Amino acid sequence: MTGIHFVLNGAAVTVTGQPPTRTLLDWLREDRGLKGTKEGCNEGDCGACTVMVSDARGSRAVNACILFLPQLHGKVVHTVEGLKGQHPVQAAMVAEHGSQCGFCTPGFIMSMATGHLNGVTDHDTHLAGNLCRCTGYAPIVRAAESASREAVPEWLKSEVSAVPVVGPPEGVALPRSSDELAAWYAAHPDGRLIAGATDVGLWVTKQLRDLGPVAFLAGVEDMRGIEVTEDAIHIGAVTTIAELLPAVAPHHPGLAAMLRRYGSAQVREAATIGGNIANGSPIGDSPPALIALGATLYLRKGDARRSLPLEDFFLDYGKQDREPGEFVEAVSIPRQPDRLKCYKISKRFDQDISALLGCFNVTVEGGQVSAARIAYGGMAGIPKRAAAVEAALVGQPWTEATITAALPAFARDFTPMSDMRASAGYRLEAAQNLLLRYFLEDQGLATNVLEVSA
Amino acid sequence: MSVHKPLPHDAAPLHVTGEARYVDDIPTPSGTLHLAFGLSSVAHGEITAMELSAVRAAPGVVAVLTGDDIGHADCSPSNNDEPLLALGMVHYIGQPVFLVIANSHLNARKAARLGKITYAEKPAILTVEQALAANSRFEDAPRIWARGNLPDGFAKAAKVIEGRLEMGGQEHFYLEGQAALVQPQEGGDMHVTSSTQHPTEIQHKVAHALHLPMHAVRVETRRMGGGFGGKESQGNHLAVACALAARLTGKPCKMRYDRDDDMVVTGKRHDFRIDYTVGVDAEGRLLAVDFIHYTRAGWSMDLTLPVADRAMLHADNAYWLPNIRIESHRLRTNMCSATAYRGFGGPQGMLGIERVMDHVASVLGKDALEVRKANFYRASTPAKAGPGTGKRFSAEHSPKTVAAPGIQTTPYGQEVEDFILHELVAQLEKSSDYAARKAKIAEWNAANPVLKKGIALTPVKFGISFTLTHLNQAGALVHVYQDGSIHLNHGGTEMGQGLFQKVAQVAASAFGVPLEAVKITATDTAKVPNTSATAASSGSDLNGMAVKAACDTIRDRIAEHLAERHQTTADKVTFAEGRVSVGGSELTFAEAAMSAYTARVSLSSTGYYATPKLAWDRIAGQGRPFFYFAYGAACAEVVIDTLTGENRILRVDILHDAGTSLNPALDKGQVEGGFVQGAGWLTTEELVWDDKGRLRTHAPSTYKIPACGDRPRVFNVDLWVGANPEDTIHKSKAVGEPPFMHGIAVLMALSDAVAACGDGSTYVNLDAPATAERILGAVRRQRGGYV
Repeated sequence: MTGIHFVLNGAAVTVTGQPPTRTLLDWLREDRGLKGTKEGCNEGDCGACTVMVSDARGSRAVNACILFLPQLHGKVVHTVEGLKGQHPVQAAMVAEHGSQCGFCTPGFIMSMATGHLNGVTDHDTHLAGNLCRCTGYAPIVRAAESASREAVPEWLKSEVSAVPVVGPPEGVALPRSSDELAAWYAAHPDGRLIAGATDVGLWVTKQLRDLGPVAFLAGVEDMRGIEVTEDAIHIGAVTTIAELLPAVAPHHPGLAAMLRRYGSAQVREAATIGGNIANGSPIGDSPPALIALGATLYLRKGDARRSLPLEDFFLDYGKQDREPGEFVEAVSIPRQPDRLKCYKISKRFDQDISALLGCFNVTVEGGQVSAARIAYGGMAGIPKRAAAVEAALVGQPWTEATITAALPAFARDFTPMSDMRASAGYRLEAAQNLLLRYFLEDQGLATNVLEVSA
Repeated sequence: MSVHKPLPHDAAPLHVTGEARYVDDIPTPSGTLHLAFGLSSVAHGEITAMELSAVRAAPGVVAVLTGDDIGHADCSPSNNDEPLLALGMVHYIGQPVFLVIANSHLNARKAARLGKITYAEKPAILTVEQALAANSRFEDAPRIWARGNLPDGFAKAAKVIEGRLEMGGQEHFYLEGQAALVQPQEGGDMHVTSSTQHPTEIQHKVAHALHLPMHAVRVETRRMGGGFGGKESQGNHLAVACALAARLTGKPCKMRYDRDDDMVVTGKRHDFRIDYTVGVDAEGRLLAVDFIHYTRAGWSMDLTLPVADRAMLHADNAYWLPNIRIESHRLRTNMCSATAYRGFGGPQGMLGIERVMDHVASVLGKDALEVRKANFYRASTPAKAGPGTGKRFSAEHSPKTVAAPGIQTTPYGQEVEDFILHELVAQLEKSSDYAARKAKIAEWNAANPVLKKGIALTPVKFGISFTLTHLNQAGALVHVYQDGSIHLNHGGTEMGQGLFQKVAQVAASAFGVPLEAVKITATDTAKVPNTSATAASSGSDLNGMAVKAACDTIRDRIAEHLAERHQTTADKVTFAEGRVSVGGSELTFAEAAMSAYTARVSLSSTGYYATPKLAWDRIAGQGRPFFYFAYGAACAEVVIDTLTGENRILRVDILHDAGTSLNPALDKGQVEGGFVQGAGWLTTEELVWDDKGRLRTHAPSTYKIPACGDRPRVFNVDLWVGANPEDTIHKSKAVGEPPFMHGIAVLMALSDAVAACGDGSTYVNLDAPATAERILGAVRRQRGGYV
């Protein structure tokens, strides 16, 4: 058998003769004539193209516009047409007036149906990746709440669990293990690795780039998952943010709270921790947190493995300590008492790229700062520690006076830039104030607008 | 009666199953070609060379057109100043320069990036200051309207307050981007399917570009995936391009913008700077108001003149301003051409006076709501009109409305006849518990050094009618088939607002049939000609009346026919619950229709409506531009973080006047959605251009409309109970735009929260959009430096 095999709306399909970077959205609309799935932005930011993808790990809502066909090999896919007009969220959206222009609606329906299947109750978080310009969302949330009282249709339960058994596809690199991946990458050192495609997807849909040889990592099962030992939390590189979030929550709730605002539900289901590190973005949200926690990065090239402190991986803007053919295999966090807080500042709370992100891990013993690891995103060309600020804190009493005295050190650590997200002046001022927030929160003051009610 | 029922949107079952078709979903014949524009990369310059050989050689490319090939194919809705493709000069970054026709959407996009265009760059005018210095403007001079005696007002004032407010524009972010499909017909005719609020304008521009009479071009629009004003004129380019390409190739041609192209190419809400000088008495009553409006209109005129006019027309909002002068500068800049956007300048003008209220309250140390109420127009209700009030034997049974004595007028001379805001605001104050919450917030703020809450209650009075008076007309076409089913068509377009359903409810009620008997059909220039844009909130007012007229004509014919059969008079024939009663016997509506058909009675009719009472001189700024006003008020509570400027809307209560609502569920949907969109405009939605004139926020990754979690956690929306005193369709009021301006309450509540950081000696002066960065800056000013 050649080609990509998956189940679409209850029927097995085989896709052949497609470029590996053909998106599911284009294929659905142009080749299958399934026009219910909409293109709103073609970059994974609006959710109009949301579909449900299921496998042994469960069902998740993902954006079809930045999902390449090979990523679906061996999966079960449902589009809005696959709900046959028989799903409770569909009836609820009609009854609660949840659609106006209707263009975002199929995407909402698929997010809601997935949430309904998975027993989601936090609709604001779950629907943050679906934009609606008409309704103001209130009737949509009412519909989600109303539908939650209805049972999941049996036919849907059985369809999402009928995961097809497939062999490796021909003509597409879909390695099944770290060894296979290492071998492929050694043979294609100029190749491109695609995990969740939430970043690389835009190179194709927006920059219209030809990626050359590509390998898809979703099947590298020995690089997926979280292992918590006495010494460390070990995270495989293809672990998605959605998988990471509940796993770290008991250990570092501040990290989990930040990850809740990482992208959207659809993005978190696709994006991987390895991808967020390896792409070297100065505004990726996980590296500052991991750096503040003293994380170690594990790299592999062929059979050679090495590790380094995560902060040393980021050399300069667009430049990482990674050789051709070398890939991120894992990252680990040393076990430690939790002192981590992560403050993500963006124009919008949900599904927004950080203007800046400050992550603080300050240890106080006997009223004195005994250790400090503070890292920021969005303040430099790389995720970067605030070394001068840390130095100004360590050994000092944990008081507001110490914080105030440390503030000028920010200007030594960072010379941020101005862009469409924030000015340099705001970034520096807010970065300083976040340290103050960390201190004040430590003193028990209310500092989080998300925790205030009318 | 179907009217007044809270029925779901007619297409809701199609929306939720994905069956609802938008332009790009329509199956197309094989061989359909796809279009993309090559765009200007400089804000102002002369094209010195175009190297397009790589474009022509790219895979799948069928043809490439430039301005030299097509000449001035005009796409402007107003001024003939928008050639489809640049003619020698470019005027903004993103202006279409060449057109690629290819065998797929992707191939067209890829090829369009291969063009190499050389420019001799010229200085670009990007800011208000640059435009003023260069006297770069539309119209020969600023428009100025005035009334009363300004110097006298200032002389009597206890205090004179000056300020400046800057407010950003707004991207429409309709979820469905611009799209058009043109299928060439025999004899050179064109069939256009367009995602447009204005099919007649599309027809007109396509006919003009192809040198065809309008009868050779037919435009259909079943629905849009959102419009908000962004599809009033901005769809012209795609339709004209497709028509030109269809004529050239003989093939169906389709064009849809990629989201980034859509945001870069098309116009947005006008941003405004408003300078104000006002004189107040000790109670905060405005004795003199001097406004100067500056708006960056972009490179072409588009709809700027009526937008800027409407900003001036809402400079009073709900307030009696005896002495006022408004000066309005419509500045030509090297940016995308600003266009219609929900409210059409009204929100900008209204924000000016609401800012003044906030500033005055701050200076006088008063509650801003007290200042607002002190300035309200005098309460007035029109003298009763209607059956029983006229002289029984006089010619006029229902006399014209007579103004109550002492009625006040707007700055442009329109009588404010039914000012209900005193009662409406009182009711909202009570239901939102404004006073008690305000006191509680003060306590909360005293106990919280980092977070601060704020609250504000703001009113809306919005004028309903197109200010270009001749647009206030509508047509309809209704057929009753011999089986009693009804085919409904009118000139309005459906963009999600529920217009089709509301109008179908009107039709079903006219015939006394269930709604299922009425088939809603696509807007079609071949069925109803010479339509106005579905804009200015006018959709159901105009089209509802036109449809009712058509239905009444047919119903009266059926009644006459049945009356004759049953030897009675037509007024004794009743239509209700799917049945027709006449002379003691009863028929189904289908039987009545069949009876009329076999008696050779026409069961088809057009209907027509023109809004009465309008008279407006825009140059003088005098007259009655509006048939009536829609009212409402909103109370918003917010919290800010004084360390970062992050903020949250905590609770919103809205009471909105939709007259006797045609459909309370759909109208509440407009209020909820309009509010959130308005709040987005004033908070997170920031358009950023760099110093070269490049829009840096051209995708949802960088331009942030409200997401699900941004809606207020507590969100109480109610409709005011009261009929429209004017004779509108079933006494309803227009509801599309007015609720947008309830978002102003959020900006004012944020201002209140920032003020809690200071001692009252400095006004907050918070510009819009109030991003976290702007709020932090305002907090710093209150605290006199870094915290």
